[in-house]
Amino acid sequence: MMEQAFFLILATLAVGAALSVIIQRSPLYSAFSLIGVFACLAGTYIMLKAQFLGAIQMIVYAGAIMVLFVFVIMLLNIRKEETALDKYRYLWLLSIPFAATLIVEVLYTILKVTSDFTSLPEMAKRPEVGDSQSIGYGLYTGYLMPFELTSILILLAIVGSVILARREKD
Amino acid sequence: MDIYKLIEWVVKIGIVFLIFMHALAYIVLLERRLLGFIQMRLGPNRVGPFGLLQPLADGIKFFFKEEIIPRDADRTLYIIAPVVALVPALTTIAVIPFGDTVNLFGRQIELSITRVDISMLVILALTSMGVYGIVLAGWSSNNKYSLMGGLRSSAQMISYELSLSLAIVGVVIFSGSLDLVQIAKEQMGTWGGIIPKWNIFTQPIGFTLFLISVIAETNRVPFDLPEAETELVAGFHTEYSSMKFAIFFIAEYANMVTASAMATLLFLGGWHGPYVEKFPLLGPVYFTMKILFFLVLYIWLRGTLPRFRYDQLMKFGWKFMIPVALANVVLVAALALFLY
Amino acid sequence: MVPLSWYLALSAVLFTIGAVGVFVKRNVISIFMCIELMLNAVNLTLIAFSSFYREVSGQLFVFIVMTVAAAEAGVGLALVIAVFRNRESLNTDDINLLKL
Repeated sequence: MMEQAFFLILATLAVGAALSVIIQRSPLYSAFSLIGVFACLAGTYIMLKAQFLGAIQMIVYAGAIMVLFVFVIMLLNIRKEETALDKYRYLWLLSIPFAATLIVEVLYTILKVTSDFTSLPEMAKRPEVGDSQSIGYGLYTGYLMPFELTSILILLAIVGSVILARREKD
Repeated sequence: MDIYKLIEWVVKIGIVFLIFMHALAYIVLLERRLLGFIQMRLGPNRVGPFGLLQPLADGIKFFFKEEIIPRDADRTLYIIAPVVALVPALTTIAVIPFGDTVNLFGRQIELSITRVDISMLVILALTSMGVYGIVLAGWSSNNKYSLMGGLRSSAQMISYELSLSLAIVGVVIFSGSLDLVQIAKEQMGTWGGIIPKWNIFTQPIGFTLFLISVIAETNRVPFDLPEAETELVAGFHTEYSSMKFAIFFIAEYANMVTASAMATLLFLGGWHGPYVEKFPLLGPVYFTMKILFFLVLYIWLRGTLPRFRYDQLMKFGWKFMIPVALANVVLVAALALFLY
Repeated sequence: MVPLSWYLALSAVLFTIGAVGVFVKRNVISIFMCIELMLNAVNLTLIAFSSFYREVSGQLFVFIVMTVAAAEAGVGLALVIAVFRNRESLNTDDINLLKL
């Protein structure tokens, strides 16, 4: 009961912050709302016993990726509010029914399919996953190949971003 | 959940909070006195014996200063910014252990507010939140110097966080745990009764890297570019006055204490010292002494070193610290494979 | 105990909000942030299933998604800076040529 109340609080905060991301006109306010969403999601991860990913969520998403976003917003000094062009005004009106349809559709499916989900007895017997040990074991055994590939990806991303953002010498 | 557990928590939080806040006030005094000593002058010595009441006087002064909010500032963010800086700085103390389990009043009491098995990651996550306070302050003041300070701070934080984490990885490989209590316990005992089994002796490179990165993370000399007073007129807190300024001040010193505590736990054996197995209550005493050592080092550096230039800072971070840190991780991993 | 469907519902709502944001936002950086939001919604689904089935692979996917998101943010923001330098604007309506 306590857990459900806690989840509802987190979910409300997350949805509110997510709405704020798209409603705010200044990118910096959007960025800080997004950090709020990430923090709430880290909370839900911890509720799901995935403590390691909860911490990593805060370190990587909120602590590194969003700092990068905020850095770029500050570097380009984007203070003016974005203005929508008039010819696209109708898109705003269209988006609301489409979003509503999508949400209703997905929610219907989810509730229909998983409302009778109960954890099977043999699943409950398995050890809980989500501590650093189980993640580390998984990464270095069954998922070694993708793990090593991500390091190459990161290297490529570093080189790529340096080349892209470098000012060309005249 | 019994009522005694609850009382224990409340008492622990109260004691730690009181000691921590008072310690912060006196670290400021210590810094001013020591700097005075280094610069051949007296420092504040008028209020009370040896100036011991100076923090109180400063506090009263801060309370009664006029509060100024610039007209074109972004009011909401301007007011939130100091809070964003302070909260993560104070929260980290909750997972720092300052002693082993002790037997008090017939109860086993852990000498930390709470124990998390990934406390290392929790501290990293919280300290990485601290930068937003500075960034928000720089942005919302609507002042060019402040904006520069915020920009520098975010770039510096991202750059030095990498080498900081990589330096910690070495320790984590050796102790096989992300729990600070466990990491400290691995450093118990001595080699041959003389040299304590501290990580600083097994990983001197990691320690040096950690120390340099942590000084950069806390924005202290020689890495205090976000608040460089000679070029940026105090940077991100130029426009702040009164208690809001004091809050930034407290947050900076709280970060220094957390950083020192982390250095102590990771490399200097935490609360371990002579006779600590027999009298567990000696633990916090040793712990405080080691933290004090790092704090004095911070102040000493401030009295000695000049400031980096911005391009030097970035070059040093990306072209020296990170490669060395990566090499250190490889070295430590190879050693660990060889030794265990 | 929170049922699985609640987590999935939260994830669906967040995903939809992110998708709407991608369509209605005109600023490149804001669009980028909405994409991050969508990625996070998917992460929540993966972790929820992983935790309910007691199977670690879902969480490993999330780990890899996070690294990919970091790489994407790095390259994407470098692109944003390059575009801004040449066009002095981040409005997607102004960025309509196949060159910088």
